[in-house]
Amino acid sequence: MRIDTSLRTPLTKNIRAGTSGAVPLDDYRKNGGYRGLQKALTMPPRDISKLVQDAGLRGRGGAGFNTGLKWSFVPSQEDYSGQRYLVCNADEMEPGAFKDRYLLERDPHLLLEGMAIAARAIGATRAYIFLRGEYPLAAERLRSAIAEAESASLLGPGVFGGKFSLQVHLHRSAGNYICGEETALLNALEGKRAIPRAKPPFPQVSGLWGCPTVVNNVETLCNLPHLLMLGAEWYRSLGRGKNAGSKLFGVSGRVKTPGLWELPMGTPIREIVEQCGGGMQPGYQLRGLLPGGGSTDFLGPQHLDLAMDYDVIGKAGSRMGTGTILVLDDKTCPVGLVLNLQRFFARESCGWCTPCRDGLPWVVDILERIEQGHGKKQDLDLLQELAHRMGPGKTFCALAPGAAEPLESSLNLFLADYVAHIEQGSCPYAQNTAPLMETI
Amino acid sequence: MPEPPPIQQLSADEIAEIEHEAAAYPTRQPLGLEALRIVQQYRGWVSDGALQALAHYLKVPVAELDSLATYYQLIFRQPVGREVMLLCNSASCWVMGCSRVQKHIRQQLNIGPGETTADGIFTLLETPCLGDCDKAPVMMVGTEMHRQLDSEKIDALIRALRERHHSED
Repeated sequence: MRIDTSLRTPLTKNIRAGTSGAVPLDDYRKNGGYRGLQKALTMPPRDISKLVQDAGLRGRGGAGFNTGLKWSFVPSQEDYSGQRYLVCNADEMEPGAFKDRYLLERDPHLLLEGMAIAARAIGATRAYIFLRGEYPLAAERLRSAIAEAESASLLGPGVFGGKFSLQVHLHRSAGNYICGEETALLNALEGKRAIPRAKPPFPQVSGLWGCPTVVNNVETLCNLPHLLMLGAEWYRSLGRGKNAGSKLFGVSGRVKTPGLWELPMGTPIREIVEQCGGGMQPGYQLRGLLPGGGSTDFLGPQHLDLAMDYDVIGKAGSRMGTGTILVLDDKTCPVGLVLNLQRFFARESCGWCTPCRDGLPWVVDILERIEQGHGKKQDLDLLQELAHRMGPGKTFCALAPGAAEPLESSLNLFLADYVAHIEQGSCPYAQNTAPLMETI
Repeated sequence: MPEPPPIQQLSADEIAEIEHEAAAYPTRQPLGLEALRIVQQYRGWVSDGALQALAHYLKVPVAELDSLATYYQLIFRQPVGREVMLLCNSASCWVMGCSRVQKHIRQQLNIGPGETTADGIFTLLETPCLGDCDKAPVMMVGTEMHRQLDSEKIDALIRALRERHHSED
């Protein structure tokens, strides 16, 4: 069977509307499933990396690093003949991100095939899926998909009866956002507390148990089967702007029809929020948005016509991150939302380095005071300073710099709201917004 | 000095499951979290006695294992109710009113986050983003997701769970 090159939605093409189960292996194969892997097995591993690099596939976990380039740092077979590992990062826990869950629950074979292709490219014979503990349905469906694939010789020893073997193990985690940071994830897999490692050495050189390891996000890996089948040129043509491929974009918050859609990379924010999301609910105006999860900078209504791609959103001072947009409406307190985010980051800090461990609770403390009407003008300078001290380059990992992004951008975009809280001595949104959440 | 808690015994089933996981890893160190999860599945939580038994079985210091157990939010080192309600408190759910949901649970069950009802049925915990943001506010109870929560849905859920446990007793 030939796969049609007019295909625009490779990530979701097997998932039928109105169903809720996982795509069964038979259907998956009837739709051309595991052909990408078959193709990959005919190619020298280096050519697979080259193809993926040329296609311009960038990491869908949020950082947007070129996937083929990431693989290329793994030592070659001539330089290193020992064990290598592939790890799928399925620890989706970014506030406002709900895309990997969909792929994991609905089309697990797409992920497994993607993993086999990536493993072939880097020479790994063992792979782990690092799945967050709060996704029990995904765990169940992945476990049965792995068993199905193994009994059909699509995974396990002798894939397609040939020399390539891949053992895929499902690792169920037990909470903690920091596990999604790739080096903390490696520590967690090794059975240690999930504390980030210093880089270098990078995981591609020294990762799991000191062996070369690649960590890729779920959605990233799900791009591989069709990319292998249909090629780099086709893949690049899926994007609307400079960035290649399609992408799962989502909207949550007070829009009419919140949801998740596969769209061309580079789709404008306005189209996602207004056409897919149906626009704001009656009685609500858009005040701002987080373009790609809780650790991205706020954008304002003036940014609605920007294309959702890594470069355009980056240039506007934010990050596309996970591509799942959270909309802030005009009846919700922006200071309250920033407080909610900072409480999350403070709680999820692993405590390893000072700016994060001490800075985040301090930020929470100040924001609580402001929200409750006890803030002072000087608090705003202090928040700026703390955001700066938690910024890039001052911490072991990206958790605190990620927390600083919505904080710092909110001080620019919503400064009048901060000032109103302080001058008025209370929250101007108090009648709309529910009371502060209780917390342990 | 308080008496140290008695060391408990691991069941054959627990040991078999732990050893089943061992095949997935080149060393035995990753078994720590797997073993904690397995024991919790059987016992509802990880008591001091169970922790000691596991440490003894895995041949690791108790403190080392406890440093893992207390690190992970979903490993319970205190008894929990038979139904653990994981109420998402992240950004999308907050915008869509999870604090009202929390307040309603407080009114109906008289528990806040980290607390268990006197009848031992419900424990309420706050949890980071459950990845269902387009259906906010959401909560997970056991392995079930409950979406687009409002007071009526919470009342119906509490009623159903209470009835199930009362009829089991």
